[in-house]
Amino acid sequence: MSSSVLQIRDLRVTFSTQMGELRAVRGIDVDVVPGEILGVVGESGSGKSVSFLAAMGLLPKSATITGSVELDGVELIGAGRKAIRSVRGKSLAMVFQDPLSALNPVHRVGDQIVEMIQSHQDMNTHDAEKKAVELLEIVGIPQPDERALQYPHEFSGGMRQRVVIAMAIANNPKVLIADEPTTALDVTVQAQILEVIQRVQQTFGTAVVLITHDLGVIARVADSVNVMYAGRNVESGSVQSLFDHPSHPYTRGLLSSLPHEGIERLNPIAGFPPNMLAPPSGCGFAPRCQHATKACSAELPALAPFEDLLTSCIRADELRVGRRS
Amino acid sequence: MNTQSEALLSVRNLVKNFEMRANSGLRKTKRIVQAVADVSFDVKVGQTLGLVGESGSGKTTVGRSVLQLIQPTSGEVIFEGQDLTKLSFEQLREVRRQMQIVFQDPFASLDPKMTVGSSIAEPLVVQGVSGNHQEKVAELLDLVGLAADHAKRFPHEFSGGQRQRVGIARALALDPKLIVLDEPVSALDVSIQAGVVNLFSDLQKRLGMSYIFIAHDLSVVRHIADHVAVMYLGKIVELGEKNAVYRNPSHPYTKALLSAVPLPNPKVERSRHRIMLEGDVPSPVNPPTGCRFRTRCWKATDLCAAEEPQLIVRPTGQQSACHFPE
Repeated sequence: MSSSVLQIRDLRVTFSTQMGELRAVRGIDVDVVPGEILGVVGESGSGKSVSFLAAMGLLPKSATITGSVELDGVELIGAGRKAIRSVRGKSLAMVFQDPLSALNPVHRVGDQIVEMIQSHQDMNTHDAEKKAVELLEIVGIPQPDERALQYPHEFSGGMRQRVVIAMAIANNPKVLIADEPTTALDVTVQAQILEVIQRVQQTFGTAVVLITHDLGVIARVADSVNVMYAGRNVESGSVQSLFDHPSHPYTRGLLSSLPHEGIERLNPIAGFPPNMLAPPSGCGFAPRCQHATKACSAELPALAPFEDLLTSCIRADELRVGRRS
Repeated sequence: MNTQSEALLSVRNLVKNFEMRANSGLRKTKRIVQAVADVSFDVKVGQTLGLVGESGSGKTTVGRSVLQLIQPTSGEVIFEGQDLTKLSFEQLREVRRQMQIVFQDPFASLDPKMTVGSSIAEPLVVQGVSGNHQEKVAELLDLVGLAADHAKRFPHEFSGGQRQRVGIARALALDPKLIVLDEPVSALDVSIQAGVVNLFSDLQKRLGMSYIFIAHDLSVVRHIADHVAVMYLGKIVELGEKNAVYRNPSHPYTKALLSAVPLPNPKVERSRHRIMLEGDVPSPVNPPTGCRFRTRCWKATDLCAAEEPQLIVRPTGQQSACHFPE
């Protein structure tokens, strides 16, 4: 698919630890389409953050990365530090869960945005300052010209996250990666930040990768979804199809484990995620899957088209009958 | 509220102030943070009260004040007819057997150097309970869905969900009548969360204890609670039977909070009307006059600034504190 702005192919990330090789990401393909919000959902340890940290070149040296990450046709894996730096913060930007750790406490927020602009664009300070105030206004900070002169501690959590988003979009990135951007925030503030992200995507046509564990957040803002489990993509497709008729037993289990009105008992998924030091040989979900057969543990299932989704379950077709909608 | 079952716990006019020392210029000043400002509610025998609110709403402080883990500034905490705030340390120790707490982070609340079995048996030792502790531990482990031989293992050998089960087993050791559950599933992944929530329901059915379930996740509270108290900046703004509060929220804050929660259904999410609150929760050091929610409320008038609304019973059954209820 040449239409994707960020294209990931067979990405694998392995960490060398004292206990052995931890295989965090085990071969994933991702296509980020311009102007679209791609939701990446998974539980802790599924590899959802690590995949995109790898794409950003932000993993420590203990990580071995193979595969391909192409941004607008330019390969990032194996590219030199200088090449990565020219991309990072410019065409590929990232927003993290904790806005305080992304801001320098001893510099005014306006100056930090100016620094971000000037490190990638040839712009004089006066113009960059003007642009910084504009950016703060775009992300919905009241009195942006005064707020630009303040320090991070003078902002509330939600306002700080807005500042971080303003910095991330300072150089008009092609792709904005947001890693659990609202997890640390209260629910009323989360709603505001999600709206800012949507506004950025709609105003500038920025492609957004939204990494989250919250299926509700995905349902609200994402156009398409990748569901990750045990370092693999187990299912992907449009948000409507995925919530409407999930095909992978993990996706279905995840959705039905959520509380909703009128049910007496919740339906947990039995067991817990595999140890990635010794991941299962076949389907990563097989040990917890009530539909698993011998064949499931024999080899890693590929992500294959199934109806209007991509599903990595060899029994998807058989299981179609009798599934809940 | 229904009067079918009696109250196990009655909290009346609970206030908890924290003193904050701040340096302003050369002088040291003391500032008072009113974390809980005049809160009253009942918890009935065998029922669950859900306590919801955003950070800084005072829900955790309420939970700890109930257990006397922190001393309330004023107000009464009446447990089975006894006002706990008036008891001596020794008397309190007796009552504490009946009241337990489960914390959010199951890793932080277990001693990493103690076997899970000794952690669970610790309350029995502290309270001087006689009998075979090993047997009791095995029984408790079974009750929370773990195996008896797990007693010999250490906390690090367990997953998050299992550790939370250990925390629950320990809370159950003294057969309490009330357990305060302070964000007990927030740290767990969704697929694991469901099992622990089910466990709480099952245990309540079997053992008949009451819960105060503190959480910011409104969907989980809706599932497990009988009654719900919605807190904002140290006050209860709405209190009542779960379905009344969720189906017909009366206070604008409750309405906004419910509309902000993302639901896992794209069709619903994209079509429903959402109330977007502006700004963040104000600082509890200097809360707004009158109604504390008025600075973010789209209905606020001069009356809201001048006069604090009281909790009043509404036609839909719940109480809410608003001059202009829905």
